[in-house]
Amino acid sequence: MIDSSLKQLAAALAAKQISSTELAALFLDRIEALNPRLNAFITVDRERTLAEARQADARLAAGETGALLGVPVAHKDIFCADGWRTTCGSKMLGNFVAPYDATVIAKFKAAGTVSLGKTNMDEFAMGSSNETSFFGAVKNPWSDAAVPGGSSGGSAAAVAARLAPAATGTDTGGSIRQPASLCGISGLKPTYGVCSRYGMIAFASSLDQAGPMAPSAEDCALLLNAMAGFDERDSTSLPREPEDYSRDLDQPLAGLRIGLPKEFFAAGLSAEVAQAVEAAIAEYQKLGAQTVEVSLPNMGLSVPVYYVLAPAEASSNLSRFDGVRYGHRASDYKDLLDMYEKSRAEGFGAEVKRRIMIGTYVLSHGYYDAYYLQAQKIRRLIAADFAAAFKQCDVILGPTAPTPAFNFGEKAADPVAMYLSDIYTIAVNLAGLPGMSIPCGFSGNGRPIGLQLIGDLFAEAKLLNVAHQYQLVTDWHRRLPPLGEASGARR
Amino acid sequence: MKWETVIGLEVHTQLTTQSKIFSGSSTAFGAAPNTQASAVDIALPGVLPVLNKGAIERAIKFGLAIGATVNRVNVFDRKNYFYPDLPKGYQISQLAKPIVEHGALAIQVDGVEKTIRLTRAHLEEDAGKSLHEDFHGMTGIDLNRAGTPLLEIVSEPDMRSAKEAVAYAKALHNLVTWIGICDGNMQEGSFRVDANVSVRPVGQQEFGTRREIKNLNSFRFLEQAIDYEVRWQIEQIEDGHAIQQATVLFDPDSGETRMMRSKEEAHDYRYFPDPDLLPVKLDEALIEEMRAELPELPQQKAARYQQDYGLSAYDAGLLTQSLAQANYFEATLDALGADVAGAKLAANWMSGELASALNKAELDFAQSPIAPASLADLLKRIADNTLSNKLAKEVFAAMWAGEGEADAVIEARGLKQMSDSGAIEKIVDDVLAANPKSVEEFRAGKDKAFNALVGQVMKASRGKANPAQVNDILKRKLAG
Repeated sequence: MIDSSLKQLAAALAAKQISSTELAALFLDRIEALNPRLNAFITVDRERTLAEARQADARLAAGETGALLGVPVAHKDIFCADGWRTTCGSKMLGNFVAPYDATVIAKFKAAGTVSLGKTNMDEFAMGSSNETSFFGAVKNPWSDAAVPGGSSGGSAAAVAARLAPAATGTDTGGSIRQPASLCGISGLKPTYGVCSRYGMIAFASSLDQAGPMAPSAEDCALLLNAMAGFDERDSTSLPREPEDYSRDLDQPLAGLRIGLPKEFFAAGLSAEVAQAVEAAIAEYQKLGAQTVEVSLPNMGLSVPVYYVLAPAEASSNLSRFDGVRYGHRASDYKDLLDMYEKSRAEGFGAEVKRRIMIGTYVLSHGYYDAYYLQAQKIRRLIAADFAAAFKQCDVILGPTAPTPAFNFGEKAADPVAMYLSDIYTIAVNLAGLPGMSIPCGFSGNGRPIGLQLIGDLFAEAKLLNVAHQYQLVTDWHRRLPPLGEASGARR
Repeated sequence: MKWETVIGLEVHTQLTTQSKIFSGSSTAFGAAPNTQASAVDIALPGVLPVLNKGAIERAIKFGLAIGATVNRVNVFDRKNYFYPDLPKGYQISQLAKPIVEHGALAIQVDGVEKTIRLTRAHLEEDAGKSLHEDFHGMTGIDLNRAGTPLLEIVSEPDMRSAKEAVAYAKALHNLVTWIGICDGNMQEGSFRVDANVSVRPVGQQEFGTRREIKNLNSFRFLEQAIDYEVRWQIEQIEDGHAIQQATVLFDPDSGETRMMRSKEEAHDYRYFPDPDLLPVKLDEALIEEMRAELPELPQQKAARYQQDYGLSAYDAGLLTQSLAQANYFEATLDALGADVAGAKLAANWMSGELASALNKAELDFAQSPIAPASLADLLKRIADNTLSNKLAKEVFAAMWAGEGEADAVIEARGLKQMSDSGAIEKIVDDVLAANPKSVEEFRAGKDKAFNALVGQVMKASRGKANPAQVNDILKRKLAG
């Protein structure tokens, strides 16, 4: 049962083969057994979860139906959930219990899902390895020595280890796709504005976007159906008609034009990843797709541009954590300034402080034009590169991350090396496009490799279709990590 | 050396929207602390701002009313600084693209008209309040006001005296209340003035270094603060000290300004466009809708009063000092019949008896205990000679005291003017008979004696005789 697709779970619930309460208990037991090792969850609240499951059972008993009704889902601890401690991976919010639901959470509740708890993450979503979490790093289920990726590392590890059938994540520069790649699951970052950001603790407002993480593209489509939609409480949310993101899953790929950006297959890409991606391309050709070389000439600037814009926005977004109204306040201070300084010095970790300082610097008087404004201009050029590429192709394909999961400590001391692990994902956020990572192989030492698919604006259904067709003819996404217990192929 | 004062004002006007500029909380004044502060207002993690269209509409109206450019693309910026009553750690404001630019407002000082240019007006959110009393060494934070919409209106440094600054502030106060975008309540902080003040030797082109006096919440304090500041700056310079750019506060108790922070302590606000709010594009239909909703403006009304009723510029200016006053005037005219004589009479009484009574009672025209129709009834009795001006004042006082309408007071007090020439003639005869000495003096060429006789007649009629008729009859009898 723990290895069933969301569709199968919903069918089992509808057929009364299992109750939502039983299903939730099954996963809670699994979390209890494996989370001490993986540290994928920051907060688990068995009673609260079972109470939600009983509500779902009541709805099922009343004859209600729904694609996700009664299905348990884990939520990244960046989403405020009424009554749940919501930490964002930080000591700053270590004691913060959210008094309201993020729109994404509310939508999942309306769909009848049951929250399994709050998953671990890099502090304030700033990190690519989960090592910046105040609550300790998440372990990659495929290897205790390997990072799970970040920042949605807890969600990725939880899904990979089947501590949850599915999870939510957020992606500012690759935070859904890169951990999905490193943990061997599927993850989708939608077009900016498709999912409401209300109640999602802001890192970089113009880049942050919520999305689904699950074993398969088919699961992701069902989750996105529940998550997406216009929200009048988010001014950047897009007023669009609701769509069924599953609608094109079964479309054949004959004639599909796949763009291969030459910049993605250049220096810095590990041979193992390159090989896995080439094999995936061959698979797509077998499915009738054509490939075309495209170019994203400004992609090389995306990491520096991102590390101006994202910290700038973050430095301002994180100003509200001042110890005045909620969150961590230093216990001993002599005046207001001292209270601010001590509370923030104690509440934030090193990476968060680094980014606040970078952001504060680039917005400073006299530097704004040279950094922030210049970065915004290049951001537009990067978006224009993609627009030009999509005149030649339907989707863009490449690696999600330059390497499989690296080891703990390997890059922690070198921020730039860490930042470069998002080199293929960041440009997608800068351009506001949808992007997806799906498993496409393993390294020699058994660590997953991810394939990235990038679509034009609002091409989520197309991406899911392209991913699903691949998953029908491959089984990378069905592999389960060796967790020292009975395992096997999925389904 | 002769010095010239240079003043520019920045005025924060709270807009009259029911809810806040970026949240649905009420903007009503005076609620218990933090009862009007939602998740958005207290800046909980994850919340986002949504712009209140009502604030945009009010700003458009203001722009149109001062003949300014209303920018079609509006960008909201974050002004970053830490303060306990600023929940997000930044204020959402408009820096590079304010909604209103380049307007003008006319003022009058001592009968001289002058135009003050307005640089810009931009939308922003108010902060909360820090409460330092009652907390014994701690500070209380009330976030009810946080997020209240403000239109910050910035003038050019076009004023040359405290009087001009006050005249401008009053004209602006009149305009924003007139068009209904601000309630103008200065005690509650709905209209707060910052004054940038500098001095320079007469004839010098360059401006002197300015100091900014923050948060003046009455016209009187504005005048006092500028007067003090100007004297202080001149003294400093004459004593050989250069003025340093600074922000100062006015202490109404001492009547002095004192330093709040120097330029060196000024914040770097790290402005950047708020990524939570997309640029707001204003369409022509909305602007035309706002134009259609604008009432006749003070200056348009004043011009019409001069044109239609032959009022002086001064009187027309007085009557359009506030919308309440103009409405009162027009309602009075409606009841009185709008002719030139009636308009002048109404104007005189409104700026005379009524204005001084209202002033004493600290009421405005909208709160007058004497309604426009009642004043019109009184004025009718002056026009038809029932009342002399003197008697009319007595009737007015009785009406003010609540003794009823004009006719009822006249009846009850028997104040009707005596215009029956027969009756007046009889009194005149009695007076002449009783005062042969005065008659003799008059005939001997003493004009003063005539006045004494008039006085005697008026006294005998207990003030009710029509003075013009008394004059005529006396002249005739004395000549005969």
